Amino acid sequence: MDLRLNSISHRYDDLEVLRDISLDIPAGRIVCIVGPSGCGKSTLLRFIGGLEKPTRGEVLQIGEAPADSLNPLTYVFQDFALLPWRTVEGNISLVLNDHGVRGREAEEIIADVLARTKLSEFRTAWPRQLSGGMKQRVAIARALAVNPAALLMDEPLSALDSQTRELLMDDLVGLWTRAPFTAVYVTHNLSEAVRLGHRIVVLSRRPGEIREIVEIDSPLAGRDLAEPELDARQKHLWALMRAEAEAADKELAHG
Amino acid sequence: MADGSLTSPGGIATGDRPEARPVRFRGGGFNPTSPRWVGAAVFVVLIAFLEWGTRAGVISNLTMPRPSDVFATLVDLARSGMLWTHLVPSLTRLAVGSALGTLAGIFVGVMIGLFSVARAGLVPLVAALFPIPKIALLPLFVIWFGIDEASKYALIAFGTFTPTVVATYGAVDTVDRTLIRMGQSFGLKWHTIVLRIVLPGAMPGILSGLRVSLAIAIILLVAAEMLGAEYGIGAYILQAGSLYDLERLFAGVAILSLLGVLVSAAIGRIEARLLRWRG
Ligand SMILES: Nc1ncnc2c1ncn2[C@@H]1O[C@H](COP(=O)(O)OP(=O)(O)OP(=O)(O)O)[C@@H](O)[C@H]1O
Ligand SMILES: [Mg+2]
Repeated sequence: MDLRLNSISHRYDDLEVLRDISLDIPAGRIVCIVGPSGCGKSTLLRFIGGLEKPTRGEVLQIGEAPADSLNPLTYVFQDFALLPWRTVEGNISLVLNDHGVRGREAEEIIADVLARTKLSEFRTAWPRQLSGGMKQRVAIARALAVNPAALLMDEPLSALDSQTRELLMDDLVGLWTRAPFTAVYVTHNLSEAVRLGHRIVVLSRRPGEIREIVEIDSPLAGRDLAEPELDARQKHLWALMRAEAEAADKELAHG
Repeated sequence: MADGSLTSPGGIATGDRPEARPVRFRGGGFNPTSPRWVGAAVFVVLIAFLEWGTRAGVISNLTMPRPSDVFATLVDLARSGMLWTHLVPSLTRLAVGSALGTLAGIFVGVMIGLFSVARAGLVPLVAALFPIPKIALLPLFVIWFGIDEASKYALIAFGTFTPTVVATYGAVDTVDRTLIRMGQSFGLKWHTIVLRIVLPGAMPGILSGLRVSLAIAIILLVAAEMLGAEYGIGAYILQAGSLYDLERLFAGVAILSLLGVLVSAAIGRIEARLLRWRG
């Protein structure tokens, strides 16, 4: 299942947020969206998952989602969005039960996703007992449990410290390498984009337009930021972002 | 400098060692816990003081009955079986009335919390009903529901309804919206979102509202029984009061206080059970 954004524009009252965004999200690839703060990245992601409607344009799903996918478009949120009154297992079983998966079948899926995110020992823990990185792994496990056709991630690592971020990035690369998934990954962090993205979309300052799309073909598993090629890519992205961010800053200063 | 040791007072190069003293502690507090015995001790001290005062003659027998006499009255009441004759109807009224009122209140509160139409239509209505002293409406309820039990149920239900509504919709408003978005993004059904996300998220607020409404329910129970009941704690207190029988009056009051303590403890247990996740 591919996703296609067809000239999406959006405004909140008299605030123009996005302008004419067209983008293809091919199956099995990770598309990263980067751009200065407030340019509409989170808004765009809400459109892709159908949580909000754009003023103009549309998001198309091309082809059917796999039949065993319970929730084709699944989010991973920046602030985890775990229910504090349910255990790790309870948070996952909630979304399974509601899609009619119960009993043994649900047990097996929970055990499998917890093993994949290295959380098997914490099955019965409450969210308050977990560190930030573990909470986000629970959220990722919950997302994997519904077998999504595309994962929509909005700065999933930005609430975490940099060591945890590195480890979770490795986890994501590992998960993708074992079973490639489609993902739209919004981030501020260019090294995350270069590590995880097959395609990196740079948005301009608000109103967000596509400035450039950078393709990186090297396999995810082998990527090392010290490689001159990746380093050059990151520098190039930073130059683009920097100009936008500076311009956005000046606009704010002038009101 | 880079050795990272914190024990040597580094930085300023003074000849003699500066004085070392522990950093002043200024955390703590703002986290009351309740050791069990403190509450009991307050009661014991108060009752012991009254007992001593009435025996020593510092407190006249006309102003305060002796606690031991009140206790003896209670024992008599229990022996004669009259305690149950009064207690059973009272507890039934309390249970039925407050169950009706709080359940309806939680339902309406959740509706107000979820639907714009309910909010626009019902919030002003609830604001208009809240300040009415419900006991003033008892004659009306007697006309509507008859002089028997139904009018008492209605009074208690109505009295607990409004505070429960206000507490519930306030609590629903505080539920984290990102959790609701999460539910929607996983394609959860509407009723699952309400039952598994909105209600548990609102539960702390609903339970603290319940404390208030159950106290109101006890007050209304007594008032209703004073206005027209053969049996019940309120009727018992009224009879005692009209005869200026202070021992029996205080025996009745003691039963009410005990009821208040038990209800509060019961809600404490429910909170501990339902809000276990808060740790
Ligand atoms: N529901 C809303 N109503 C009105 N304005 C909104 C709403 N949501 C977002 N905005 C505005 O739209 C703009 C884009 O917001 P959005 O959250 O998509 O930006 P972002 O690129 O994700 O920013 P960040 O990098 O800080 O997360 C912002 O100026 C924000 O104030
Ligand atoms: Mg954002």
